[in-house]
Amino acid sequence: MMRRTDKLKGFALSVLLTLALLLTWQYLTLPFETHVGSSSAQNAEYEMLMGHTPATQQASHNFPSPRQFAVDAWQELKSPFHNTNANNRGIGWQLGASLYRVLIGYGLAVIVAVPLGLLLGQLPILRAGLNPFIQILRPISPLAWMPIALYTIKDAEECGIFVIFICSIWPILLNTSFGVSRLRKEWLDVARTLELSWARRLWLIILPAAAPTIVTGMRVGLGIAWLAIVAAEMLVGSSGIGYFVWNQWNNLSLSNVILAVLLIGVTGMILDTAFAALQRSVSYAE
Amino acid sequence: MQNEPNKPDHLVVVDTLEKRYTKGGVPVFSDISFSIDRGEIVCMIGHSGCGKSTILNILAGLESASSGQVSINGHTIRGPGLDRGVVFQGHALMPWLTVEQNVAMAIRSRHPGMQRGDVKNMTEHYLGLVSLKEAMHKRPSELSGGMRQRVGIARAFSTTPELLLMDEPFGALDALTRGVIQDELLNICAQTHQTVFMITHDIDEAILLADRLLLMSSGPNAHIAEVVQNPLPKERSRAEIHHQKGYSDLRNHIMDFLVQKLNLKEPKNN
Repeated sequence: MMRRTDKLKGFALSVLLTLALLLTWQYLTLPFETHVGSSSAQNAEYEMLMGHTPATQQASHNFPSPRQFAVDAWQELKSPFHNTNANNRGIGWQLGASLYRVLIGYGLAVIVAVPLGLLLGQLPILRAGLNPFIQILRPISPLAWMPIALYTIKDAEECGIFVIFICSIWPILLNTSFGVSRLRKEWLDVARTLELSWARRLWLIILPAAAPTIVTGMRVGLGIAWLAIVAAEMLVGSSGIGYFVWNQWNNLSLSNVILAVLLIGVTGMILDTAFAALQRSVSYAE
Repeated sequence: MQNEPNKPDHLVVVDTLEKRYTKGGVPVFSDISFSIDRGEIVCMIGHSGCGKSTILNILAGLESASSGQVSINGHTIRGPGLDRGVVFQGHALMPWLTVEQNVAMAIRSRHPGMQRGDVKNMTEHYLGLVSLKEAMHKRPSELSGGMRQRVGIARAFSTTPELLLMDEPFGALDALTRGVIQDELLNICAQTHQTVFMITHDIDEAILLADRLLLMSSGPNAHIAEVVQNPLPKERSRAEIHHQKGYSDLRNHIMDFLVQKLNLKEPKNN
């Protein structure tokens, strides 16, 4: 365990780094001197025609300054759930759409992978037979599935869910079967001498014994799902945080892009923290 | 069993057990026949590799013999069951459960549908027998080796088995702790008239606990070389036993037996 003072120092360092980052950002986005004043009259007229007056220069500066970002972000965050039309929905609405897809796709993956993993863990022959398939399917990038999914499933919404499902199922499946196969023989012997029914054996021995490994697999799977959904939505979405990023990029609204990127990170962190807590609650010391 | 009708006081009858791992190969042990009476404590003693643990596992129903059979109360055993309690060599407690939950799991298996309160009372009773009531909310990882083994003993007793099987239960403990638990075990067995089959390689432990000792010859093809009835009175205690008449003779006899068996093997190594 870290000492409390060390934790405080770590926190102070985080604050310092944030300040440094903001300062650097501020410096890099300082409005630079335009050449309007020093250039020839002809050039000035040309610049004017192109809309590059000092005034516009300020407003359409390549990259928003921290202050500009804060103003834009506040504008967006003020009404996160506004829904005027398909092209203008609030960021909260978009985030919710992504989370919903992940919930469905990832939930299906858990429902399929955990029971299958429990089975594989107890049947070495089945495990050996399925292993080549798992090993080939596992490293496939989720997006590589997209064309096949689009052709067979057609519906864009379902494609997104399928991509989540197919990329998060492998770590859950592998970890569950590994956790079960590694179960100590003694525990199963106890279950046998106590004449436990298979349901009680599963519930009282196998699941709690393998729970730490299973939850680790679920945590990894969720991380991958969250990575994949953003990319998938950029490709086919009509909603979702990935679609939002791409849409705002097309609008050249970089502030909103930065805001969305930050939100993706924060959401991922919250999901991961929740699973870390779950992991702690099921872990045990031997 | 066919030759000798099952007498009512024979709780367990072991009939010509044999175990071989390859067909036609040399058996690990063969021709193992003995019986255990109700309320008797029988110790099997022998060098490692003679298949003691396998014999115990066959009695527990966790392993199967190549030939021969074991019957309890006249019924041939066909697998593990609640009529036999096992104290495992390495405690085998569930590390994710508390001490109380570990014992309660066994009690619920024995008495399905028992009221929550009754299970709790019974758990406390059995933990009290091994004086671990105070530790009932701890997890096994927070306990010392001796305490864990005591939980294992409490769990085995809590199912009130006909036969208690113990596979070197104190092998991993230091001498002092071992002594304390041996006394506790003797006490509980005396109170409950528990029938016990136990494996050990500790001669003093065997003499203290056992009413009858089965001396195993070394493997492969091990068999029961000698059966020794413990001449010391049934009320034995660790503090006085070594002063009792007959103790040293018995101890020397067993020691000679074990050393002799070891010497017989030695020429092969040299």
